[in-house]
Amino acid sequence: MAIHRHDNHKSANAFMEWVDQRFPATKVWNEHLAEYMAAKNFNFWYFFGSLAILMLVVQIATGIFLTMHYKPDAELAFASVEYIMRDVPFGWLVRYLHSTGASMFFVVVYLHMFRGVIYGSHREPRELVWLIGCVIFVALMAEAFMGYLLPWGNMSYWGAQVILSLFDVIPFVGPALTEWIRGDFVISDATLNRFFAFHVILLPLILVALVFLHLVALHQVGSNNPDGIDIYENLDEDGKPVDGIPFFPYIVIKDLIGVAGFLIVYLGIVFFWPDFGGIFLEKDNFAPANPLQTPPDIVPLWYFTPFYSILRASTTSLLFALQIITGIVFIWMWLRAKVSIKAKVALSVVAAGVMVGLMLGSGKAWGVVLMAAAIVCFFLLPWLDRSPVYSIRYRSMPFKIALVLFLVAFFILGYLGMNAPTPAKTLLAQVCTVIYFAFFALMPWFTSIGQTKPEPSRVTYEAH
Amino acid sequence: MKKLSLLLVTLLSASVFASSAFAAGGHGAAVDEVHMNMSDKASLQNGAKIFVSYCLSCHSAEYSRYNRVAEDLEIPLWLLKENLMFTTEKEGDLMKTTMPAEDAKEWFGVTPPDLSLVARVRNPDWIYTYLRAFYLDESSPSGWNNSLFENVAMPHAMYELQGVQRVVGKVDEASQEVDSHGKPIAKEGQTIVGDTIFELQHSGKQSPAEFDKSMADLTAFLTYMGEPAQLKRKTIGVFTIAFLILLMLLCIVLKAEYWRDVH
Repeated sequence: MAIHRHDNHKSANAFMEWVDQRFPATKVWNEHLAEYMAAKNFNFWYFFGSLAILMLVVQIATGIFLTMHYKPDAELAFASVEYIMRDVPFGWLVRYLHSTGASMFFVVVYLHMFRGVIYGSHREPRELVWLIGCVIFVALMAEAFMGYLLPWGNMSYWGAQVILSLFDVIPFVGPALTEWIRGDFVISDATLNRFFAFHVILLPLILVALVFLHLVALHQVGSNNPDGIDIYENLDEDGKPVDGIPFFPYIVIKDLIGVAGFLIVYLGIVFFWPDFGGIFLEKDNFAPANPLQTPPDIVPLWYFTPFYSILRASTTSLLFALQIITGIVFIWMWLRAKVSIKAKVALSVVAAGVMVGLMLGSGKAWGVVLMAAAIVCFFLLPWLDRSPVYSIRYRSMPFKIALVLFLVAFFILGYLGMNAPTPAKTLLAQVCTVIYFAFFALMPWFTSIGQTKPEPSRVTYEAH
Repeated sequence: MKKLSLLLVTLLSASVFASSAFAAGGHGAAVDEVHMNMSDKASLQNGAKIFVSYCLSCHSAEYSRYNRVAEDLEIPLWLLKENLMFTTEKEGDLMKTTMPAEDAKEWFGVTPPDLSLVARVRNPDWIYTYLRAFYLDESSPSGWNNSLFENVAMPHAMYELQGVQRVVGKVDEASQEVDSHGKPIAKEGQTIVGDTIFELQHSGKQSPAEFDKSMADLTAFLTYMGEPAQLKRKTIGVFTIAFLILLMLLCIVLKAEYWRDVH
């Protein structure tokens, strides 16, 4: 028996040798899994990276099965989704896995991004990991937006109508550009067909490629950890970090707990609450697209609502408030800020430009700019954050207060975006919009003041 | 850090609660709560019978198939063919009305909407209230009106069951007597549907209580038809979640075993 097993082992080795001479299988396995060192103190927040990959796979797998029965045709699309829900065996399950999966993908990605912010994973040397991640976030938004048109429900139709009309505000080329994207004067069969092509081919390819780049960049610089310190500062005699453990099997096995726990939540929603009270599947989208009947409130799905709120908050009064804020910042910079004269002049030109621009553009045009800026802000984070420490465990109080304010504002914006606007709600959205941008604009300041705690030289870990 | 996680959970649950309450509540019309039991096959069967007898003559359920309804509701095929299939001979057909859409538009002003998904677009409480809120109104083209959906084109399809009712007035919240659940109590000989008080002018085949039960059955059937999979979805879900909990426990044990040498 033992001899037999030994033979098997030997032949397996011979096979791997044959492969390795032609393809770097063992090398890649070792570099990226068996010998890729990760800190041993990964906590709850570190589940969301692997979960994001899980969701990408789930969405692609369920998406493939949906395309087998879905008809990208304005006359047939809505009925084909109902056909999947009723006549295709377990079609309802595949469809709910995909529709709930879209929302859960965003839940996971938002938490993954938040993890980056609180532990300083965006800081040097991981700036490119963060930037590629931000591009993934934008690509994911495009993917979700186009996917939402496909059921051809009334909210699909009007949501796409509203969002695409935003391109109208681009000077000179806006209306022509919108028409070019739609392929028609209104959202129509042409739009549905091209969105289908983008949703099932172009964007998934882009997403998979970006995720690959995200991982390549990560493995070049190594993973961060909840203490935000460099585990390569403490090496053992073999040159391996003392606080590091191989990604395979340790982290992989640990991530399985995260996967199981996440599946309980995800499948719990799929089986017991698939429309999630009208948040994951909107009521108005169970009626077919009707160009003659606008739904009472056109609201995008929840993962867009913080940005949608910022768009809607842009009224003349908000622009006026922004001018005043720009003016105050401008004066403060000349009087107090410790930057060179050159930088001061350059920033003054920018400030003057912003103030004049705010007077020229309409509320809607600036709303689109603000919405885009709200997303661009995330890209700048590695350079806005000046704190000497990375992890929230050792950050100063001003940072913690700012982060809590930002979180609250972000959630309120998200909530307001799901509701019809009233004057009071618009005012609240404007206040939250100012907090949102202040968080990024003031970050260089509040991350460089206050007392930080000393970072430990070894990661905080207690064996269980 | 723990405080931050706590804040995140609080914010998340607060916004989900607030938004789902908003999404479910719709636009603030006063509706009555319907009591349905989706596992009560007799109730669903009765709803199906009322649907094909009273609704299907004008409305379609064009995504729903006769034999699927029979299978899900445990109706024998011969019974289905004899008592429920008036529009077609083939049991695998979709439940389409025989009324031509153009004629319907001419007669009612609008084509009667498809009802396959009505319970998902509206909500069960709304449907239950709407079905019981028709009243006589000589000024409207059809002679009928509805207190929940003013000036709706649809006439009262089920007056032979309910009878003919007239509006007495709106519920006045200040002076209205309410029961222990805060629901207004109707006076003798009157009924309250949504926020409107009605009086029965001619009684129908059913008493008000029987008619309410019939409409609850019909609402349950429409809710079933909105998503036929819901009858087995939750059963599969219980087994899936039970399996996942077991899987998670195994993963925890497995991780502890693998991590024994990490100090």
